[in-house]
Amino acid sequence: MSDEPKVRAVGEGRIVNSAFGLLAWIVGLVFFFPVFWMVLNSFKSEQDANTSPKLFFHPTLDRYRDVTKSTTGLLSFADAFANSAVVVLLSTAIVMALAIPAAYALAIRPVAKWRDVLFFFISTKFLPVVASILPIWILARNLHLLNTRQSLIILYTAINLPLAVWMLRSFFREVPRELIEAAEIDGASLRGQLTSIILPIAAPGIAATALLCVIFAWNEFFYAVQLNPVKGSTVPIWVTTNISTRGDFLAKLSAASVLACIPVVLAGWIAQKRMIRGLAMGAIK
Amino acid sequence: MTSVRYDRATRTYEGTSTPAVDALDLDIGDGELLVLVGPSGSGKSTALRMLAGLEPLDSGAIYIGDRDVSNVRPRERDIAMVFQNYALYPQLSVAENMGFALKQAKVPKPERSQRVREVARILDLEPFLNRKPKQLSGGQRQRVAMGRAIVRRPAVYLMDEPLSNLDAKLRVQTRTEVVELQARLGVTTVYVTHDQVEAMTMGDRVAVLRDGVLQQCDAPRTLYHEPANLFVAGFIGSPAMNLVAVGDERPLRLGDAQLELGRPSDKAPLDAAGAMTVGFRPEALQVGDGPLRAQIRTVEDLGSEVFVHLAVDHRGEPLPLVSKMQPPFDGQPGQSVGLQIAGTTHVFAPDGSRVASTTATLQPGAAPAPVTADSPGSAL
Repeated sequence: MSDEPKVRAVGEGRIVNSAFGLLAWIVGLVFFFPVFWMVLNSFKSEQDANTSPKLFFHPTLDRYRDVTKSTTGLLSFADAFANSAVVVLLSTAIVMALAIPAAYALAIRPVAKWRDVLFFFISTKFLPVVASILPIWILARNLHLLNTRQSLIILYTAINLPLAVWMLRSFFREVPRELIEAAEIDGASLRGQLTSIILPIAAPGIAATALLCVIFAWNEFFYAVQLNPVKGSTVPIWVTTNISTRGDFLAKLSAASVLACIPVVLAGWIAQKRMIRGLAMGAIK
Repeated sequence: MTSVRYDRATRTYEGTSTPAVDALDLDIGDGELLVLVGPSGSGKSTALRMLAGLEPLDSGAIYIGDRDVSNVRPRERDIAMVFQNYALYPQLSVAENMGFALKQAKVPKPERSQRVREVARILDLEPFLNRKPKQLSGGQRQRVAMGRAIVRRPAVYLMDEPLSNLDAKLRVQTRTEVVELQARLGVTTVYVTHDQVEAMTMGDRVAVLRDGVLQQCDAPRTLYHEPANLFVAGFIGSPAMNLVAVGDERPLRLGDAQLELGRPSDKAPLDAAGAMTVGFRPEALQVGDGPLRAQIRTVEDLGSEVFVHLAVDHRGEPLPLVSKMQPPFDGQPGQSVGLQIAGTTHVFAPDGSRVASTTATLQPGAAPAPVTADSPGSAL
């Protein structure tokens, strides 16, 4: 963030500062290293990837070609990608459509017992995911939703909704009360207040919330593997199809993982500014 | 033609037992600028928000014109409000801010921009119409907030401390501009402030509130010279009126002097028993030769006038008094002086209400001197 003033503590030792800086870099690199290694492996031949680690090798795109090649009977990359896109975008759209009015009712004109409502929302996150899978699986089976995108859309909506309501509520609370009152006096209807005042002001927060929903839904694996392991499944499932029992697969798996990461990293990178501002907006109170 | 009437309007916040505004009765004439003034927590802002429709009424009613608006939504009350922090829409330009209400009212765009332009000209905002609020100075933002209210041509303007975020000099200047503008537009205006100078200089009439109860509503001059009670007497005027608890002994005594009240007709209520309080304005207290012995504490010379802060030994307690003198005044802190009253003195009953206002003089007291020892600085 270039427009933030640089803060330098008065009288603080340069050496201490540099030492902490160095430490931060080391920790950062250590954390980043597995990702780096994954990217590196994806450009190697299987042989190179499985022998003792080496930094210099002949880079090749063959692994990417391997993983994106579609084989009949198996989930192809293109299908998985399309499935993920549909599931993620639709579920996020539904989440936002439901969460915005809910957050309004909890933040701007709090309904009676809004604390209880808020607690109820977050309490749905207390249950271990594993504990819920059996009833969900039976429900999905009886409703003939196994191996469909719909099952995942419904589930991801349900998973992300509490989080979205909580986040949006805190963003909406940041909208100065007087602005809403001014709009009310200026003759704006409830919808007018929402669309012309509250949503534009809370836009960074809304973007951050939507982005988190996208990321969580894109990365979700457990429900997808249980409810939708074959056709109609998503990118994380497709990644695992590259694990084989015969022969080496490390480079191939790396290439698949990189492909799975790209949309999320890209989305995060594009929306980074908004997201940081949005997240900070909720944090500073 | 729009008048505003509060009819025993009451608002009690949830979780509190005493009303924030208690049975407020107030008539505001067409085109009048009425100032609601009071210390913080007096209910003045609540009273304004009740008129705006931002606070519901628990009982009573509010009329705008002949219409009972007690249960009417804010957007249907035909009012415009200027907020203390201006509440400009940050994502909209100055022009869009000013035209927002017209847009909501579905006024066609040409007329909208023409009306915005017109008001922008009056307020010297034309060069800034395309700017965002954050690109404006505090004074400009304040004018945009005013402009947003004016563009609408509402029946009533509500202003909630609109000048309190301006620096002192700009505030005085803007004060005059607001008064002139209001007079020119002739729109009924209710103006809330905690600043009694603002109240006195701006209001056609001023309503003084305390703890949600209306104390007095009168022209500024009347408030100053004929305060209804002790609270108004102490609140209006700067420096504040000297208020002295004189107890229930008769004749009235002030320090070591005797207070002789003027016209006999006014003495009647004084026969009533009870602990009285007398009050006199700083300008009515003369420092120099007088029967009341006092000591100068500090002298504030403002050039055009001098405030002399004094201490008097009154019933065994040091009593602070303040006098407003014309310069030159050459008294020094610590100096012993004599005081005399040369002006109106108000007498307040034990319940705080004013029972008499009359001329008064101090006479040398015949009563025994107070038991306390001389105050430390009187050695000179």
